[in-house]
Amino acid sequence: MRSNSYTLGFTALVTIILGIMLSAAATSLKDRQLLNEELDIKKNILASLNITGISGSKANAEEVQQLFTDNIRSFVVDKDGNVIAGLSPDQIDPKTMVEVYPVYEKVLDGATAGFALPISGKGLWSSCYGYLALESDCNTVMGITFYKHGETPGLGGEIEKEWFTANFSGKRIFDDNGDLVSIQVVKGAVNENSADAYHQVDGISGATLTTKGLNIFIKQDLNNYLPFLKQAH
Amino acid sequence: MGLLSKKSQQVLKDPLMSNNPIAFQVLGICSALAVTVKMDTAIVMTLAVIFVLAMSNTIISAMRNYIPGRVRIIVMLSVIASLVILTDQVLRAYAYDMSKQLSVFVGLIITNCIVLGRAEAFALQNTPGKAFWDGVGNALGYGIILIAVSFFREILGSGTLMGLQIIPDAFYSAGYENMGLMVLSPGAFIILGLIIWVQRLITKVEEEA
Repeated sequence: MRSNSYTLGFTALVTIILGIMLSAAATSLKDRQLLNEELDIKKNILASLNITGISGSKANAEEVQQLFTDNIRSFVVDKDGNVIAGLSPDQIDPKTMVEVYPVYEKVLDGATAGFALPISGKGLWSSCYGYLALESDCNTVMGITFYKHGETPGLGGEIEKEWFTANFSGKRIFDDNGDLVSIQVVKGAVNENSADAYHQVDGISGATLTTKGLNIFIKQDLNNYLPFLKQAH
Repeated sequence: MGLLSKKSQQVLKDPLMSNNPIAFQVLGICSALAVTVKMDTAIVMTLAVIFVLAMSNTIISAMRNYIPGRVRIIVMLSVIASLVILTDQVLRAYAYDMSKQLSVFVGLIITNCIVLGRAEAFALQNTPGKAFWDGVGNALGYGIILIAVSFFREILGSGTLMGLQIIPDAFYSAGYENMGLMVLSPGAFIILGLIIWVQRLITKVEEEA
């Protein structure tokens, strides 16, 4: 049996060495990781707006960047829906600026073809981040993507899969009276005969609580953009 | 294998077949089910486990005469956890899409019984050289099963291999359909069960009654 002080000293030494090794690795790789994350976000914005031409996941950084600058015009709106001049989404500091909302506009031959809006909020275990894209009528959903979440793979994690997100395309966020109803993920399959079918998508078994969170934060986020959407429409 | 002594060869080869960590000891099943839908994820996972297991075995073996017995599990776990975090960080920097697909399962290598099991059962008693080869051997044994399972799951479940279409379009137009079951976890269970059966037929192992 070793003495207590030896044991303490040994564990302290191991901890220090491993700690230094890990912090060195984390700091030196940070820039690349951030770059990857940024690229992934851009890919998600493009995907939500149905901008194809990216060859799967193999697309390189320049291709994505090019596609982004060619097709997307980004700006920031305030809570009344007015564009804030001279402010781009990259410049938003979430710590100091509140009630500013980034918009990514898809421009096709000079005309507006849709808007991608960032959505985020609590799922079940984690915060989920994604983009919801609307067609130029500001009502019909063009696509939705989730690029970051910590939900259980195979259950809540399925929200990022295409079979789930594909169901959002063509749904509408406003009812016939022009009131915001957002999109609801229902339990089980959507009843196609119901009047609300246009605002509903099929649920994921095993992910009821994750999708409940989705329902809440998608509506909240859309609410923030309401003045802008009314104006643009 | 001229470079290796007889003993090291044995250490390397044993876990590949007769003492395979998945098929014989039935360890590390969780990740074997989760990352085998596609073959590319299975291969990356295998490489990650080879790195972690070989390094953790070597490091722990090198420290084996200095580790106080009372805290050995904690020390081993911190070494393993650090290596896993390192792997995860590198994947995130250089293979972002892959790391997204593997999601939590890279992190879960920490809890893979094979890693701690080899540290406790082998690395603590053997020299770093042998422990290294034991780590590589066990990780390969794990990887072979992973890749075999993913081979069948990807062909049957998606009709592709490494993302390339294998089943010709003519089959699909003739009414062939991908087997949805194979994409889900039960498909992995079935394939794994069959592989374990075949492996035991070959090695003629019998469960003690």
